[in-house]
Amino acid sequence: MDTMDRRRFLGIMGASAAALGAAPALSACGTGFGGGSSSGGGSAADEVTGAFDWKRAQGKTIKALLNKHPYSDALIADLKSFSDKTGIKVEYDVFPEDNYFDKLTVDLSSGRASYDVFMLGAYMVWQYGPPGWLEDLGPWMRNTAATAGDWDQADFFPNLLQADQWSLKYGTPLGQGGQYALPWGWETNVVAYNTEVFAKLGLKPAETFDELIEMAATIKQKAPGAGFDGMYGVAVRGSRSWATIHPGFMTMYSRHGLKDFVMSGGNFKPAMNDPKAVDFTRKWADMIKNGGAPSWTSYTWYQCSSDLGARKAAMLFDADSAAYFQAIKGASPASGKIAFHPGPKGPDGSLATNMWVWSLGMNAKSKNKTAAWLFLQWATGKEHLRKAAIEGNHIDPVRKSISQDAAYKDKMKAIPGFLETFETVVDQTKIQFTPQTQFFDATTSWAAALQEVYGGKDAKGVLDGLAKDLTPKVAG
Amino acid sequence: MTAPTETDAGAPTGTGGTGKTGGTGTPGAPLRVPRWRRSLRPYLLIVPALLLTGGILYPFGLGLYYTLFDFSATKPQPDLVGLENYLTIVRQDAFWRSALVTSLYAIGATAVETVLGVGVALLLNRSSRLGRVLEKVLILPLMIAPVIAAIMWKLMLQPSVGVVNYLLRPVGLGGVQWTDTPTGALLSSIMVDVWVYTPFVAILALAGLRSLPRSPFEAAAVDGAGWWFTFRRLTLPMLWPYVLVAVIFRFMDSLKVFDIIYALTEGGPGDSTVVLQIRAYLEAIRFQRYSLGISYMIILWAVVYLASMVLVRYLTRAQRRAAEAS
Repeated sequence: MDTMDRRRFLGIMGASAAALGAAPALSACGTGFGGGSSSGGGSAADEVTGAFDWKRAQGKTIKALLNKHPYSDALIADLKSFSDKTGIKVEYDVFPEDNYFDKLTVDLSSGRASYDVFMLGAYMVWQYGPPGWLEDLGPWMRNTAATAGDWDQADFFPNLLQADQWSLKYGTPLGQGGQYALPWGWETNVVAYNTEVFAKLGLKPAETFDELIEMAATIKQKAPGAGFDGMYGVAVRGSRSWATIHPGFMTMYSRHGLKDFVMSGGNFKPAMNDPKAVDFTRKWADMIKNGGAPSWTSYTWYQCSSDLGARKAAMLFDADSAAYFQAIKGASPASGKIAFHPGPKGPDGSLATNMWVWSLGMNAKSKNKTAAWLFLQWATGKEHLRKAAIEGNHIDPVRKSISQDAAYKDKMKAIPGFLETFETVVDQTKIQFTPQTQFFDATTSWAAALQEVYGGKDAKGVLDGLAKDLTPKVAG
Repeated sequence: MTAPTETDAGAPTGTGGTGKTGGTGTPGAPLRVPRWRRSLRPYLLIVPALLLTGGILYPFGLGLYYTLFDFSATKPQPDLVGLENYLTIVRQDAFWRSALVTSLYAIGATAVETVLGVGVALLLNRSSRLGRVLEKVLILPLMIAPVIAAIMWKLMLQPSVGVVNYLLRPVGLGGVQWTDTPTGALLSSIMVDVWVYTPFVAILALAGLRSLPRSPFEAAAVDGAGWWFTFRRLTLPMLWPYVLVAVIFRFMDSLKVFDIIYALTEGGPGDSTVVLQIRAYLEAIRFQRYSLGISYMIILWAVVYLASMVLVRYLTRAQRRAAEAS
């Protein structure tokens, strides 16, 4: 009988280990790295035939991933209507915004179908679209067997629908290619201000950027002596996050005719260090130093919004919804004293405005695509959105019909300047960033650079460094 | 003694004279176990340990393997790039900035926690009613998740509405911008770490103090040695191995810090508090450059491993010296 000595045993174990070790190697050659586009040419939408029927997926259950937001609160409050209408059960998880996108990213990148539908921003299409994680909703929208006749695609504001469309190809603009999400709620970036302090100090909303800078500093100096203890001029975001760049900063940047990237020789070239952009960035940092929040570098929209509500900030240059939630009756000490204004114009009178589009998307790996599509069209349909706008706080309608609805207008008239501001900027509001897959890296680094300029470093040096760092990352 | 069911070590050789009880063998004779089974037994005993080790090493090995590719969300079918990810990292200024911040953080936090922790332990070692109460209170920060502690401190350090500046206002320091400057942000992060983990060092040091032999101290007292002499020549050398254990744990942990800094500053202002873990997280999760993110983690692992090797060697020497001293 053979003896199994130590060497032989180790040999066997080694072989087993090698086999185990080979598993990832083998899988790497196939699908071991997770991602991979699921699109094999056809769409699951093509399998839906016959007459449209809301009950087509009756008895199914779908899972939704939602961000904690007044828009999702309104959706959750109305979910029973969807289940009654379709016979589909919706299970959902809600996460706060700080963790939401990490959760979504990790989940989608795992290649599992933990969630059939989820909230996302239009910028996320640039990150989630190219790996094939998002279902192209175009075929579903075009299929009359899958989509209700009264869903009415033409009723969406076209700039919002286009924000979620992209070809996924380097260097191409938005509004072409697949529809990777549907606009559901959006936010335009404007100035909200405290009418009480403005009246007391005899101020009117700034019409130019220089006026805004001066006004913010004046308020910080004079408001505490006028009965507004600890009040500063203007609240804008400042944390080291991509989210710092996209609201007020990008809006004012765009109104100056400035770009994040320009195409040069077939490659994107960072334009944040353009002399005009450097000058603008320096002024923005000075505005915060002289008229902004203390501890600005930690400011997210939560702090900005609550400072306006707590009468700590005289102005908020951010998403209109961030101010609206403080303005509604009984919501904050400043409620009833908050008004809206489109914000300063650019040197040539531009009111170009950057926007955030809360959208709904479908997991390309979902096993319940028909049910998921029924949910998406219900959630973005007229019936739910009208109810959410009038009874809930879903205040920036993505549909033209709701923005013109008498009941909606009556409700919003209670907030001074809201409707006028909305109507002034709606046509000039679009995504002002260049769509590209390194968006989050670029804007996070941009926010870090802004913090350094605020901290006293030379703006040109910092922005030149940023451009140098980003150039190879965004090259085609 | 009960009859053996298997032959013992050193028993039968040759053609197998032993049988087994019952069955076909001679009644009462020991069981006959094939030689290959006897040879295999020691190895079978270590199988659970091997599986456990494999379970630990497999993800590590897989991670290491991924660093050899350019795997990212936009490139789910990656190319083999060898060591290019590591080279890319070490060529980046950002990496060296993060390495410096990580080192400053780990050294600063560990040093302060060690000094404070040992000091607190020395104070608590004098048995008193207050000391016994404080011992229990002391471990409270350890029961709070570091990320919660950081958020709590973030609110307390908020310049306009935070309680810290409110308390400092009477002495003219009410306007401190705790996390708005690079130095302030780093020091504030270290302060939160110190608040959370000093009790850990104190508890270890206190346990050490209470396990020290009494006789050398009694002898020193008889000889009229002063407090400082006793502390320097007896307490500290004998306590040193315990302190070193705390230092090793805290230093390793501080090198891998993520939660406290991310919750407090998100790595800002600028890049001033972007430690290696945050850089890895940003690369792997936020920017979805998985291979680059994992490469950062492997580099961090190597740093932690080397640092632990040095410290453990030092600990062994200190233990030997402490044994000689006692």
